[in-house]
Amino acid sequence: MVIVGGGPAGIAAATRAAESGRRVVLLDESPQVGGQIWRHQPGRAIPIARRWIARLERSGATVLSGASVVDMRERARAIVPSRAHVVPSGADVVPSGARDLLLPKRFAVTGERGLHPILIEADAIVLATGARERFIPFPGWTMPGVIGIGGAQALLKAGMSFAGKRVVIAGSGPLLLPVAAALVADGARLLLVAEQGPRRAVARFAAGLWRRPRALLQAARYRTGFAGTPYETGTWVTAAHGDGRLQEVSVTDGTTTRTIACDVLCAAYGLVPNTELARLLGCETAHGAVVVDDRQETTVAGVYCVGESTGIGGVDLSLVEGEIGGLCAGDRDASARALHGRRAGFRTMAHAMERAFAPRAELRELATPETIVCRCEDVPLGALSRHWSARQAKLYTRVGMGPCQGRVCGASLEFLFGWPADATRVPSEPALLSTLLADTAHDAGAPLHLGV
Amino acid sequence: MVTIVADGRDVTVPEGTSVAAALLNFGVEVFRHSVTGQDRGPLCGMGICYECRVTIDDVPHRRGCLVPVAEGLQVRTRTEQIV
Repeated sequence: MVIVGGGPAGIAAATRAAESGRRVVLLDESPQVGGQIWRHQPGRAIPIARRWIARLERSGATVLSGASVVDMRERARAIVPSRAHVVPSGADVVPSGARDLLLPKRFAVTGERGLHPILIEADAIVLATGARERFIPFPGWTMPGVIGIGGAQALLKAGMSFAGKRVVIAGSGPLLLPVAAALVADGARLLLVAEQGPRRAVARFAAGLWRRPRALLQAARYRTGFAGTPYETGTWVTAAHGDGRLQEVSVTDGTTTRTIACDVLCAAYGLVPNTELARLLGCETAHGAVVVDDRQETTVAGVYCVGESTGIGGVDLSLVEGEIGGLCAGDRDASARALHGRRAGFRTMAHAMERAFAPRAELRELATPETIVCRCEDVPLGALSRHWSARQAKLYTRVGMGPCQGRVCGASLEFLFGWPADATRVPSEPALLSTLLADTAHDAGAPLHLGV
Repeated sequence: MVTIVADGRDVTVPEGTSVAAALLNFGVEVFRHSVTGQDRGPLCGMGICYECRVTIDDVPHRRGCLVPVAEGLQVRTRTEQIV
């Protein structure tokens, strides 16, 4: 079984599957597992992260960090019969180890680690690819010094120092609070936290938290962490200014616009699921998230999806989805069913969050015709507005065709124009030619090669 | 502590620091030039946006945010040819 993504969902899935006796390989792009939320500087992991990572290590799963996935495909069904056709009641008749040897694997996974290719064959895949930030273009947003909010957190955890820097945080969602607290703790001069969500919606969401006292307490603790900085709802950034380097930002509440001098602007509007690999495998998506059934299985048999890539829901939901997906992918459905109740509870809260922090319509009006939308290919808004679909715009302007393959501008195009994401294709990430050559050879049934 | 060489300059940071964070801490804000020559630096911090691409040990287009520092690592920024 191949698990992609080493955040909480992927860790839970890999752990439960390996504990059930499956051979598991977990691939993660970062230097260490934990995902964005459990990333930490050495020795600073929070207890729950430490417990899960230790359990993962004991489970027997093979963990390959620093590994990206370039291609995943299902072998043609006509050539490789599904397990059900060959062994009708497989689990009872053939011991699972022997079954592994008898049957060709159903999926071919190609990746890259450092400068080496990775080739793995698997009979089940669990995608735990997480989410990325939603960026919405505004004048000046491509200037060095303008970063994401999760981006600031990631850079901080990777050792960046914000000490003495004048920082403005402007965006949306619960993530603003922990990041604000963390930056202040690091010595940043945090000048403003601007939440674009209207005051009433944010207040309603906060009031709904009474059912989750732990979340409420944590929110209060974070707020104390940046007690000296105003947290303004219904406020958003309209432009970043500077002579090549960020010098100040314009912020508005819809009536009054003011300018704040700063060194760093953290701006992003919630999270969007990473669905590229799922779409590459042909899995159905809806509202930008991967569609899964009760067992966390996607519309492609044998491919499971867990965590934020099935819809933004936070770490607790990711963990329980990961456990369910890992168990079901390893044919342990009975154990998984016991977890369904917990999953349902966390999903309710996720929906409430989505409603409260949806980006407001005014954010569509920020970019001018000159504002870059696609940062890889430097495509300005003005070049896009005459087109009518992501595909059409792509063919004429190269929007979304650079190294990030639309991972940043895709969500902008959807928000600005209502264009759904265009098809994904191989390689899903920029790759070395040697990796692509290895990928071509992979169909011939190459042996396991972990790139080490 | 680990020392890398960034554009010919020694940069010493704690172990576990990413190349991107190391460069930012030493005042490097511009990591690359865009296809039309604009200055760019890290945006997402998590390997999505490819804005922190630098040349590491002569391999171009490596994401600085995903590569941890290692002793003697040679990092070069803004290596794009502007035409």
